[in-house]
Amino acid sequence: MTATSRNIGSTLLDVRNITLRFGGVKALTDISLAVREHEICSIIGPNGAGKSSMLNVINGVYHPQEGQITYRGVPRRRMKAHEAARQGIARTFQNIALFKGMSVLDNLMTGRNLMMKTSFIQQALRWGAAEREELEHREKVERIIDFLEIQSVRKTPVGRLPYGLQKRVELGRALAAEPSLLLLDEPMAGMNLEEKEDMCRFVLDVNDEFGTTIVLIEHDMGVVMDISDHVVVLDYGKKIGDGAPGEVRNNPEVIAAYLGTSH
Amino acid sequence: MKATVQTAGGPPAGADTFPKLLLMHARERPGRPAIREKDLGIWQEWSWEQMAAQVRALACGLAAMGFGRGDKLAIVGDNRPRLYWAMAAAQTLGGVPVPLYQDAVAEEMAYVLADADIRFAVVEDQEQVDKLLEVKDRCPQLEWIIYEDPRGMRHYRQPCLRAYAQVQSDGRQFEIGQHEFFERAVARTRADDISVMLYTSGTTGKPKGVVLTHEAFIVTARAGVEREGLDDRDEVLAYLPMAWVGDHLFSYAQSYVAGFCVSCPEGASTVMTDMREIGPSYFFAPPRVFENLLTQVMIRMEDAGAFKRRLFHYFMELARRVGTAILDGRPVSTGERLQYALGRVLVYGPLKNVLGFSRIKLAYTAGEAIGPEIFDFFRALGINVKQFYGSTETAATICVQPNGQVRADTVGVPAAGVEVRIADSGEVLVRSKGTFHSYYKRPDDTAEAKDAEGWLHTGDAGYFDDEGHLRIIDRAKDVGKLADGTLFAPKFIENKLKFFPFIKEAVTFGDQREYVAAFINIDLEAVGNWAEKRGLAYSGYTDLAAQDVVYTLVRECIEKVNADLAADSRLSGSQIKRFLVLHKELDADDGELTRTRKVRRRFIAERYATLIEALYSARAQASFESEVRFEDGRSGLLRADLKLREAERFGVHELRKAS
Repeated sequence: MTATSRNIGSTLLDVRNITLRFGGVKALTDISLAVREHEICSIIGPNGAGKSSMLNVINGVYHPQEGQITYRGVPRRRMKAHEAARQGIARTFQNIALFKGMSVLDNLMTGRNLMMKTSFIQQALRWGAAEREELEHREKVERIIDFLEIQSVRKTPVGRLPYGLQKRVELGRALAAEPSLLLLDEPMAGMNLEEKEDMCRFVLDVNDEFGTTIVLIEHDMGVVMDISDHVVVLDYGKKIGDGAPGEVRNNPEVIAAYLGTSH
Repeated sequence: MKATVQTAGGPPAGADTFPKLLLMHARERPGRPAIREKDLGIWQEWSWEQMAAQVRALACGLAAMGFGRGDKLAIVGDNRPRLYWAMAAAQTLGGVPVPLYQDAVAEEMAYVLADADIRFAVVEDQEQVDKLLEVKDRCPQLEWIIYEDPRGMRHYRQPCLRAYAQVQSDGRQFEIGQHEFFERAVARTRADDISVMLYTSGTTGKPKGVVLTHEAFIVTARAGVEREGLDDRDEVLAYLPMAWVGDHLFSYAQSYVAGFCVSCPEGASTVMTDMREIGPSYFFAPPRVFENLLTQVMIRMEDAGAFKRRLFHYFMELARRVGTAILDGRPVSTGERLQYALGRVLVYGPLKNVLGFSRIKLAYTAGEAIGPEIFDFFRALGINVKQFYGSTETAATICVQPNGQVRADTVGVPAAGVEVRIADSGEVLVRSKGTFHSYYKRPDDTAEAKDAEGWLHTGDAGYFDDEGHLRIIDRAKDVGKLADGTLFAPKFIENKLKFFPFIKEAVTFGDQREYVAAFINIDLEAVGNWAEKRGLAYSGYTDLAAQDVVYTLVRECIEKVNADLAADSRLSGSQIKRFLVLHKELDADDGELTRTRKVRRRFIAERYATLIEALYSARAQASFESEVRFEDGRSGLLRADLKLREAERFGVHELRKAS
C-alpha cells in the first residue's frame, strides 16, 4: 500500500493565523496549516516548539487569542473539548492518561461514553434500552480489541501492562470514539524498535481501514518521514516548514533548527 | 443418554468416512454444539447441523472452482472452525487436506507446497496470503488461495485470491442446479480413500508427507473414544498446530467419531483464559505445557501471603503422599481421605479452577519424556494425566496407559487393535489398521519404514517391562548389545546420570564389550559449590575432577543409577562397572559435542580410545595426551593422569533382600 493509492480528499481542518498566548508568553505565533481528509500529517519540532499546544488548540482545550479554525468547512467558535470530541476529534496523550485500575475493556468502553444515549440511571440499573445499548458498544469495542490484537489482555487492569501495550490501549480508547480526526501526541515515545514498528503499522492500518485522518506529533524522524503524507515543522512557536516529507527534509531552515544553529 | 450409549458402541457401520460421520451427527444430534470459536470476545457456536451446512457450502464452492478427486488442499493457519471445515469439505470431494505448520517461513512452505502438488490453499489471514504469494512462482500447481479473514485484503488484486465467504456463497449458487450434489459426493467417499496428508517435522532430512486413510484415523479415534468412554458431552480445546497428528486425532477425528464439541481459542496468547472459560473435560498437552503450568503456579504461590503459602504447601505435601493413590483407587486411610477432601475444598479445587482443569476427566501427554515430579504434581491434584506413545505414521497411537496403571517412565500397553512387537534389534514394530498408507511420492522410504507383512519400523528402541508396559529407551540406531547379549541403551543410562545435578555430561560404552563403562563430566558449578561448602580447595576443573572425594560423589550417583537399572530385569546387566571423570569438559569447539550439545559418540570413542581401553583393563590409572584448541585459535598439548574407579553393581536378588 502506498500513499498514492489512498484518495486524499479536500481540506478537513483549516487552521488560519493562530496565535496562542499564556500571559506574556507566545506559545504559537501566527500559524496556519491545513489537514486534508485521509492524510497523515506530522507536526515536528524541537522541545518547546509548541507542538502539544497546537494539538490542544485543535481539540479545543486551549483557545487561541487570534486566528480562525475551520473544521469540516464550519468556522469554529470558542468551545469546550467535549464538543470537539462530539465533532469526531479524538486524541491520545504524551503521558498515558488511562484509568490504571480499570481493565483494558472498561477503558475502551469509556471511549464510547459520548455515544451512549441512555441516562446514567438507566445504565446503572441496566434498565430498558441500556443493556442493548451496552451490547452494541461492546461489539464496537471488541472490533477494536481485535484490530489492535490485545485480546489476551482484555480483562487485565491497564496499570499492570507494559508501557508499549498501554500506548496501544490508549490508541484503542481514542479509536473507540470512532473519530474522523485522530490526534496522537508522541505515540511512539519511549518505545523500543519492535514496539515502534507495531505502532506504525497500527497507525497506517487505522488510516487505511477506517479512513481516519491523523495528526501526530513525533520525534523519531525515521517514523515521520516513512508514514507521513505531510509534515509541519514548528520552532519557537513559529512554523518554519510545511510540505511533503522530502521537501521538508531538504528545507535549510528545518535543518538549522534541528542541528541547533545559534539564534 | 441413549445417544451416548450408541456413540460409545461406535456409529453404524455405514459412517466409515469423516463426511459421512458429519452427516450422521447432523441427523442424530443436530442441535448439539460441534465447534466453537471465540470471536470479538464472545464464543460463537455452530451445532452439528449448522456445521454440516457450512461444510456443504464450502465443498460446493470448491467443486465449482474445479476442486475434485485426488486434488490437494493446503490448510494454513491457527486452529479455526473454518479451517477444520475445509478439511471436511476437501474430504467430501475425494480430495486430500494437507494442513501445514502456520509458523513455517515462506521457504519451508514452498517445499511442502511443491512436494504435495497443492492446487488449492485455504489460509487464515493476510499474513499467510503474503507468504504464499511470495513463493507462488516456485509452486506452479498452486492455482487458488482462499483466505478466511478479509482484514487488510482490500488492496490485493491478484486473480488467484478469493474470500472464503465468497467461495461459500458461490457454492450455495452452484448447488441450486445440482440436486443433492453434496449428499452424492459424501456417499462416494470410501473408508480406504486418503483422508489427510501430514508432513513430518523433518528433523532428519526433508519433511515427508505421511498419507493416511479415513479408516486409519477412524479406527484409531474410535479405539480411543471407547477406551476412555468419551461421548458428545465432552469438550476439548484445539490449540496445538493443525498440522500435527495429535491435533488431527483429538480435535478432528475423535470429535467426528464421538460427536463432542471442539473449541478454538481466540489466539495463541489467550489459550489460558479461554481454557478457563471452556473448562475442557479432555485435554492434551506436550510435557512442556504441563511444565509451564507448574512453574506459573509455583511463581504465583511465591507471591502469595504467608498463610496461603503454608496452606498450599501443607496440602500439596498431603496430595503427593496420597493423591495419586486415591486417583488410582489404591487403599488410603480414612483420616487421610478426609484431609484430602478438605484439601480439595481449600486448595486443589481453586487451583484446578485457575488452570481451567475443573471439569477435566482425562488429560494426555506425549512427545517426549515428562519429568516425574511434574507428572506427579498434576496427578496428585486428582487430574488423570496419562502418557501415550505414537507417531504420525500410526495416527498418533501405539500405546496408552490404562487407568490405574500410570507411571512416569512407561508409555503404557498397546492400544486396542494395535499389535506391538520388539524386533531382535530392540526396535519397536507396530502393526494396526491405523498405520499410514505411504509416504507421498516416496516408495523407497515407504518400503523401508513398513515391511511386507505390514509391520511399521518406528525407529525407537524399547521393551516391555515385567508388567507388560512398553518402555521407550532410545532411538534404535544408538542401541547396542553387550558381549553376552544384554541390551545396552547408552542414552537411557546417560539421561539417568545427567538427572543428578553433579553430572553434566556422561558417555557410556558397552556395545560388544564385557560390561558397561562410563566417562563422566562433572558440573563445575554444582560440584564447585558442594566443594566450597566442605572447605575443599581446588584450582579449576581438572583439579576438582581428579579429587578423590569427587570420585566418591560421582560413584554414589552411579550406584544409584545401577540400583535403578537392577530393578529392571532387562537392563540389569547394563549396570556401570568402571568409570572415570574426564580431565576436561567435553566441548563443541573440540568437536566432541554438536552445536546443540549432543554427544558425538563416535568421535569421542576414537579420540579417547586409549582411555576406553584402560576402562576395559584392570588398571587404576591411565594417562592421556591430547591436543586442545584454545579460544584464541592456538593449540597445545595437554597431558593428564586419570584415575579409574569401580562402582558397585547390584544383582536383582540382593536388591530384593535390601528392600
